[in-house]
Amino acid sequence: MRGLYVIWLRDVKRFVRARSRLIGSLGMPIFFMIFFSLGFRRANIPSLESLNYIDFLIPGIVSMVVLFTGTFSGVSVVWDRQFGFLREIMVSPVSRTTIALGRIFSGATTAIFQATVMFLLGIALGFNFRIQMLPFFFLSLFLTALVFTGIGIAISTKMKDIHGFQIVVNFFVFPVFLLSGALFPISELPEILRSISKLNPLTYGVDAARWASIGFCEIDPLVDFSVLILCSVLTTFLASYLFNKTEVE
Amino acid sequence: MKAVVVENLVKDFGNFRAIDCVSFEVEEGEVFGILGPNGAGKTTTIKILITLLKPTKGRAFVAGYDVLKSASDVRKNIGVVFQETTLELEFTARENLDFHARLYGMSKAEREKRIEEMLNLVELESFSDKLVKTFSGGMKRRLEIARGFLHNPKILFLDEPTLGLDAKTRRKIWKYIEELKGSSTIVLTTHYIEEAEKLCDRIVVMNKGKIVAMDSPKNLKAEDRVVIYSSKEDLDLIKKNFGSLIVSEDDGKVELLVKDVESFIPKLFEVAKVKEMSIKRSTLEDAYIKMVE
Ligand SMILES: Nc1ncnc2c1ncn2[C@@H]1O[C@H](COP(=O)(O)OP(=O)(O)OP(=O)(O)O)[C@@H](O)[C@H]1O
Ligand SMILES: [Mg+2]
Repeated sequence: MRGLYVIWLRDVKRFVRARSRLIGSLGMPIFFMIFFSLGFRRANIPSLESLNYIDFLIPGIVSMVVLFTGTFSGVSVVWDRQFGFLREIMVSPVSRTTIALGRIFSGATTAIFQATVMFLLGIALGFNFRIQMLPFFFLSLFLTALVFTGIGIAISTKMKDIHGFQIVVNFFVFPVFLLSGALFPISELPEILRSISKLNPLTYGVDAARWASIGFCEIDPLVDFSVLILCSVLTTFLASYLFNKTEVE
Repeated sequence: MKAVVVENLVKDFGNFRAIDCVSFEVEEGEVFGILGPNGAGKTTTIKILITLLKPTKGRAFVAGYDVLKSASDVRKNIGVVFQETTLELEFTARENLDFHARLYGMSKAEREKRIEEMLNLVELESFSDKLVKTFSGGMKRRLEIARGFLHNPKILFLDEPTLGLDAKTRRKIWKYIEELKGSSTIVLTTHYIEEAEKLCDRIVVMNKGKIVAMDSPKNLKAEDRVVIYSSKEDLDLIKKNFGSLIVSEDDGKVELLVKDVESFIPKLFEVAKVKEMSIKRSTLEDAYIKMVE
């Protein structure tokens, strides 16, 4: 427990000190949120019925930020590997499982922080949400964060340098984002893509966030949360397992 | 119990064999040196012992624990100073030490006391609150050393600890290591023969992944060469008493190879009169160069 806190604290401190990275990483989602909500303001998407597109979009963009930040927390592990600091942690008496958990929680913390910034921006843009369900909204974000930080950390154990992560962005993060229903309802997708999106954990995260914030959902919220919990447990185990096996040069 | 036991250790990177069947033991309280040219496999050996790399074949035990099966028990007993920097550059010197101390579960009082002691040892007190990324290479090295010693580990692994340090700091570190002798076990690698000779009880010389020699620095050295000029009678006496040491003789002089000159000279003077004498001392460096050629 002690080790978990120490590792978490160091990551969060680093995050706070690197303010430029924080702002840089929010640039794209901010533009997404502003321009999509303006551009599709009057669009007529049949399965949305009377729903405002902006209310539909904001939980999607907030979840997207969680996906990006979460997966990218793996970069900090690769970074530590390149700069040597990973060795300092890996020869310490803190167990590898604890190290992995510490990093997953710090990744989730930064993801939730970024998501909150986006959520506040959404409010400024006129987001119409159910305030009494806010805890569920953040619970869904937290579970999504665990799933994707777990995946990010797991990937990082297989990477020797930062460049490899570019591939992860192109072939993992973007497809996951686009197939999650963050920008449009999955019921608008052709049958085959819709089946694929059902295999995507982010689909359930977005749906849960949307259900909690605006009451709109395409899947049973109970299913959403069950899938999220199951996936976060699985990815946490996977990340710890790989962390236990990894060698550090 | 032995502090470190290495049995037929092999480490392959792809199809390159970095360590080839290495075995040695380190006694508790000993300072044990690993010498060898670049790429000899020193760092790789240490990385296996500190559980960062897994051996391809063979076994290794640190503090009695198997590095593969009981890695976390090994980690509880060791401290490491790495060859390359492993500091958190975005933290200050004190934050780096504090992080380390917390990682090793030191109490607050102990933490504060040891951090001051170590900053003092490496003379970084006045830089303690500066970010490490603004440090010079030598300052980073000093902080790295301070951190390795911080939690008073039972067994210390120092990979070229004094690389790039100024002479004064190096002496201080040597003195500190000598103070630790007996209470902690230290395994160190170095390219400074002088350092190995001064600090180490025993040295292992590695070359291309293999051990080529293992002994005390004194025993590793070759014999000193002594040339004595004297009268015929005296030379005869010398030949009679030290015949086995003589390698060549000429008119009015003999040449001997002597292992321990300090005790040889008084014995010599008891036996014979000497007109003139020259001694060429062999160094550990000569012996080392020969071994790795
Ligand atoms: N991760 C790795 N992948 C491939 N080869 C490696 C790796 N690490 C080390 N080697 C190789 O193993 C050999 C031994 O390397 P090692 O770092 O142990 O040498 P060393 O004795 O510490 O040398 P130096 O005095 O330069 O520090 C070298 O030939 C090196 O190229
Ligand atoms: Mg080395």
